[in-house]
Amino acid sequence: MQCEICQKNDATIHLTEITEGTRIETHLCEHCAQEQGIVIKSQIPLNELLGSLLASQSSDDELFGSPEKDLSCPQCGFTLEQYRREGVLGCPYDYEVFEKALAPLIKKAHDSKTTHCGKVPSKIPKDEKKQIELLNLRQQLEAAVQSEDYETAAKLRDKINQLEQ
Amino acid sequence: MKLTDISNDITEWFSGSGPLADIVISSRVRLARNLAGYKFLSRCSAAEKSEILKKLKDVLMSLDLGDKVFYISVDKAPVLDKHFLVERHLISRHLAFGKGPRGAVIAQGESFTAMINEEDHLRIQVLKSGMRLSHCAEQINRIDDMIEEKVAYAFSSRYGYLTACPTNLGTGIRVSVMLHLPALKITGQIEKFLNASRDMSLAVRGLFGEGTEAAGDFYQLSNQVTLGISEKDIIALFENKIVPEIVEYENAARNQLLSKESDVLDDKISRAMALLKNAHLISSQEALFLLSHLRLGINMHECLGASTPAIENLCALIRHSNDADKTQGLSITTINRLFMLTLPAHLQLNYGKPLDPTHRDALRAKIIRSALSG
Repeated sequence: MQCEICQKNDATIHLTEITEGTRIETHLCEHCAQEQGIVIKSQIPLNELLGSLLASQSSDDELFGSPEKDLSCPQCGFTLEQYRREGVLGCPYDYEVFEKALAPLIKKAHDSKTTHCGKVPSKIPKDEKKQIELLNLRQQLEAAVQSEDYETAAKLRDKINQLEQ
Repeated sequence: MKLTDISNDITEWFSGSGPLADIVISSRVRLARNLAGYKFLSRCSAAEKSEILKKLKDVLMSLDLGDKVFYISVDKAPVLDKHFLVERHLISRHLAFGKGPRGAVIAQGESFTAMINEEDHLRIQVLKSGMRLSHCAEQINRIDDMIEEKVAYAFSSRYGYLTACPTNLGTGIRVSVMLHLPALKITGQIEKFLNASRDMSLAVRGLFGEGTEAAGDFYQLSNQVTLGISEKDIIALFENKIVPEIVEYENAARNQLLSKESDVLDDKISRAMALLKNAHLISSQEALFLLSHLRLGINMHECLGASTPAIENLCALIRHSNDADKTQGLSITTINRLFMLTLPAHLQLNYGKPLDPTHRDALRAKIIRSALSG
């Protein structure tokens, strides 16, 4: 396989980045990888390795110890198992659905802080309810399109447009 | 608007202007936002992603962002163009090499970039040279307000701006500075700086972001906590405490080099000069490190009035080349320009076609030799 950048040398370095369930694969030769500043860690110090293993285990306990481990989000179908794999959530409503599981992780990530105290958008919810309804309608729309029920889909689109006014 | 229109110029954030630009290369403030009523990107279908892309692109292009606003359809752009934009810090690697419909809006002389469908629906940033975090924050805030007049953001009173990853919750703000710390590196104090940063919950990354080493002695320092603290407080923390302290440490290390280790300093600078003036093949990693030492020499002369033998030689070269041709002087701007133009994608875009590594290394060496010959 050829290096993606120079297209001349053989690709000997294969990077796979998995974020939000998307795989980004890059294939580079050593020279081009170095130019990109990509560092190949051939030896991870043992304590770092153990540290990262322990960290992932404790968040696993928090995620799967909660009463929400078997739930899936009614808006987007997301589950905690998916969060564990992908590191990102499926929709804004997940923060409510998985509140108990996410709270300790959020606390840890933000130096024990748990409530927003910064900028606030000029248009706030009551929109919160509207946001959830929009999510709902879009989910239904996708299902209708997939099952080729175009009549329902059209009606849903109208509802969505109305809500967004 | 073609990328080759800008590829030969130094980008604003590396121009060397702005306060404390000898140590603080650039300041950046980035906000992460998602549209209300839509799922996060990981659960969106391709059609939904296209819808979000169109919506945000239309809104952004309708704003008054000044002149020279252009849109790049990242999913359709050639590979070299994408690498170029990443090198210039206009888009992230994640956006460049991700999947699905995605794009970027660039404006204000490359100071403003909006990434659409990266990890969140929208990530906007203002990036300026020198230590100008308040200015960046003001600008980005203004643009955020303008966008928010036309769309609704996903927001909860408890968790603030809702983001795909909980690590960006709340303000959704990432404040960063790019620092040049060659003296701390030479005097063996970089580890101390790295540890201190970690203790303060700050992330330290190399020139090219996550997972890269500190090429050319450049370090990106940014906040990690985004929830439970206001945007103003994060900026104030950087401006009043963090950055001044690091600048002081770097300056102290530079003075230490001058007073107690000037031979070490001179050796680094003269070796860099010798190699850069004579080598026929230079890799971009090597170029970054060598240019870093030249940069140190010039900055120490301009900011600390330093004049060791090697620095004198360097300055003589500056004076000589300034006399010879006013447009070709060897100065901080030239050095910064060399840093950028010798990066791989820049090199190839300006040359006009892709080159294999050896030819790139030869071209890079040639460009540098000619810039330094005065």
